[in-house]
Amino acid sequence: MKLKLKIWRQEDAQAKGGFQNYDVDGIDGDMSFLEMLDVLNNNLVNEGIEPIEFDHDCREGICGSCSLQINGEPHGPDRRITTCQLHMRKFKDGDEIVIEPFRAKAFPVVKDLVIDRSAFDRIQHAGGYISVNTSGNTQDANSIPIEKQNADDSFYAATCIGCGACVAACKNASAMLFTSAKVSQFALLPQGEVEAHERVISMVNQMDKEGFGNCTNTGACYVECPKGISLENIARLNREYLSASVFS
Amino acid sequence: MAGISKTSIARKVAMALSGLFLVLFLAQHFTINFTSVVSPSTFNEISHFMGTNFVVQAILQPILIAGVVFHFVMGFILDIRNRKARGVGYAKFNGAANSPWVSRNMILTGIVVLAFLGLHFYDFWIPELVHKYVETHPDDPYRYYDETVAKFAGDPFRTGFYALCFIFLMLHLLHGFASSFQTMGVNNKYSGAIKTFTKAFAIVIPMGFVFIAIFHYFNNL
Repeated sequence: MKLKLKIWRQEDAQAKGGFQNYDVDGIDGDMSFLEMLDVLNNNLVNEGIEPIEFDHDCREGICGSCSLQINGEPHGPDRRITTCQLHMRKFKDGDEIVIEPFRAKAFPVVKDLVIDRSAFDRIQHAGGYISVNTSGNTQDANSIPIEKQNADDSFYAATCIGCGACVAACKNASAMLFTSAKVSQFALLPQGEVEAHERVISMVNQMDKEGFGNCTNTGACYVECPKGISLENIARLNREYLSASVFS
Repeated sequence: MAGISKTSIARKVAMALSGLFLVLFLAQHFTINFTSVVSPSTFNEISHFMGTNFVVQAILQPILIAGVVFHFVMGFILDIRNRKARGVGYAKFNGAANSPWVSRNMILTGIVVLAFLGLHFYDFWIPELVHKYVETHPDDPYRYYDETVAKFAGDPFRTGFYALCFIFLMLHLLHGFASSFQTMGVNNKYSGAIKTFTKAFAIVIPMGFVFIAIFHYFNNL
């Protein structure tokens, strides 16, 4: 398969950046999208051109490192996958593919296709935890009865890998799906009740401070989320936040 | 409670509440207008009551105007903030792949509805104020039906423009009405029924207004 690639190149965070066109040949349909970029980078190195920087780590859809806006969609045209799980069979011979970094003011470009997603870490640090006394008297978590549905919903929310596709897909660059998943995974469990009010207020305040946009319920985040994090979490975040604002 | 009004969620909730308030007003406005199709005398009676009742004029009308102004101003503020949150735009953004057009273009449909409100005020509200407070005509409980019908009779352009604007109102409501419940935190076993109701409302009420305008146009040819 032969492809025309239009890829965003940017020297560093301060540089202006722009698109560069590349041709790549010999791409097999069973390759992943990142492997296709590996082939391109190999060619570039052989030609003495600086390879394209892009994030990747586990390459099995778990770590959330690989980002990339591919032909206008985060992680490309397939559903419930990350870029490393996107296969080249989704494209046709001769296709032009536009590859950009995830765009958000809160996700500044570091270089080429690499972005700084530490805004998510700071939201998590603001309250995405429970304080557990580890003096030796901690109650066994298995002895605390939890309704099955709540346990399932909590674990489902916890499958969020923080890849940032929700922000990239949202026309407002909103981080509500990420923040709601991180709030929900605790809000649904008794262990999370103690700090529930502080948690939601701190995390929403941090989310706003980072400069993410407002949720307008387009649902694009859910559609593009590799883990299918539900919009119910956003409604729960809204409820938790309103409740915490009124009662704390 | 400190600082709640400054957060993104609080702004969205305020937007949702003002939208729900305007939806209630829309239902009430449609109900009154529809009487003009079935019974001109009933339309005159209700219009006269609405136009002369102290509570409606001195309390409810200012609240309504405040609600309308707040909804539009907050809509623009949120849109500007949201655009800033993206920073550098995408060269290619395939929004159609993951979200409905109506959900991505609330500001566009909202601006058309705002322009329509300008015409609507020019057609009905300003003449009403002039009639009552500038020219100070004597109270006439039978004038409302004729005044309303006169706006559409023999004017296909105004009738057509009203119809077009109500289509945009329908598009605005198709997303906005259901969305306001999600913003208020409602997402449970009743969400399916709420979505069905809001979609039906978003279609039936604006199309009802279109029917009323077209009815009076053809009824007076």
